[in-house]
Amino acid sequence: MDPEARKVIELGYGGSERLTMNMGPQHPSAHGVFRAILSLEGETVVGVDAVIGYLHRCHEKLGESLTYTQYPSIASKTDYVAAMTSELAYVRAAEMVGKIEVPKRAQYLRVIVAELQRIASHCLWLGTWCLDMGGALGGGATVFLYCIREREWVLDLFEALVGARLLYGFHQVGGTRYDVPAGWAQKVRETLGLIEKRLDEYEDMLEGNAFFLARTQDVGGISRELAQTVGISGPLIRGSGVSYDIRRLEPYSSYEDFDFKVPVETAGDCYARYRVRMVEFRESISIVRQALDGLPEGPVSSRPGVKSVGQVRIAKGEGYARVEGPRGEVGCYLISDGSAKPYRMKWRGASFSNLAVLPHILIGCKVADVVAIMGSVDPVFGEVDR
Amino acid sequence: MSAEGDGSLLTVTVPPDRWAELGRFAKETLGCLYFNFLTAVDWKDQGLEVVARVENLDVGLAVTMKSRLGAGQSACASLVPLYPGADWMERECFDMFGIRFEGHPDLRRILLPQDWEGHPLLKSYAVDTAHPPYR
Repeated sequence: MDPEARKVIELGYGGSERLTMNMGPQHPSAHGVFRAILSLEGETVVGVDAVIGYLHRCHEKLGESLTYTQYPSIASKTDYVAAMTSELAYVRAAEMVGKIEVPKRAQYLRVIVAELQRIASHCLWLGTWCLDMGGALGGGATVFLYCIREREWVLDLFEALVGARLLYGFHQVGGTRYDVPAGWAQKVRETLGLIEKRLDEYEDMLEGNAFFLARTQDVGGISRELAQTVGISGPLIRGSGVSYDIRRLEPYSSYEDFDFKVPVETAGDCYARYRVRMVEFRESISIVRQALDGLPEGPVSSRPGVKSVGQVRIAKGEGYARVEGPRGEVGCYLISDGSAKPYRMKWRGASFSNLAVLPHILIGCKVADVVAIMGSVDPVFGEVDR
Repeated sequence: MSAEGDGSLLTVTVPPDRWAELGRFAKETLGCLYFNFLTAVDWKDQGLEVVARVENLDVGLAVTMKSRLGAGQSACASLVPLYPGADWMERECFDMFGIRFEGHPDLRRILLPQDWEGHPLLKSYAVDTAHPPYR
């Protein structure tokens, strides 16, 4: 054997020189366009520079130049994996500032689509995360293909409802644009029943897998204090022992009518986040069922259908409306000057704040764990870069 | 300095020289550990306003902090020493409004390329101007 090679094997890495590794912008585990410049000592990460902005479209400027009827369908392009919740954040802000009532039926419909969206989004998260962690999980693509299959069923439901599978334009100021078609509720129930069974299969497949546990337990820990001062939300902060769920803290759209649990784990590692999301799957299924059971009759919008782009005018004022998306708090801070367009719109993307925790938690972990941790954060770069 | 409240929602406005002091008060005295967001508003002739929202999740208190920088002014104290979450938000604010956060450890553009000219969320920024080599 080459004596130099032998030295490396015997001594391991004992040097002090640093290696700079560029991960991205085109990296399969980024689920988008994200560049992490990692400084490494051997296998250990000692420095992180996160570079974002590749998908930046200046949504906040768009929000100022488009009217209250135009922007909701653009809002779905921020978090395109959960378009239903992004639209909802915007129309809720306009309704809050303009003090516009929403009919009870529309509120229930909003809850149904938001929870179905959470199921679809969590399916995509689980699948891609397991794909990132690769061959150790029984071929890597196995879980991915199962999850994508289930997500397609939910997208079929959305297609039957609005005619689109990814970006919907379902919400409008004052209610929703569509009512449910005939037979839709029954189809939702059947799909939920199927997904519920499949969830048990995912759990059996993953939680009995020693490799999965080794790659997620005690990896990427976020402390309770760091979670709050960085401002992460959603399953991330609930995995770090903070019970923070907008649906419970500040119920909107009639969430107070439904009975659901807010799962909280205290470990703060990747596995804790996984457990939180798996419980959320089931809670979402339960909420959709309750909403379908109690779906009131009546109109789906307090305003007439869209006929001209400038027909919604919002009284002068400001407000911050937020919803609990699959990735956490999606908020919209809106200032109105009384015209048909907002004076200022600030988009608080859940993924932006969630991703900001990465430089804090990657230091000291191994290169291979970077991918597992990033997947557990579940960023959507349309929402990070806006 | 002025404050108005509505139940668990409190809005506090301070002059810019007391911005960091207000942040410290919110975190240490009011227990607002949760950093929600930080942004700015361009009020044209009246100058820029910095807005931040922090929360105390244990008691359900939300504080919206505001400060008018004054016409032509673009300097503000940084909240990064108190809240690590302010790091990216202040960089975004610098990127979009050109506000210089004093005491920020690494103030550079975050969403736009480093060589971008101008600050797009200023009301004076012309949307339809071509920016070579982009059109």
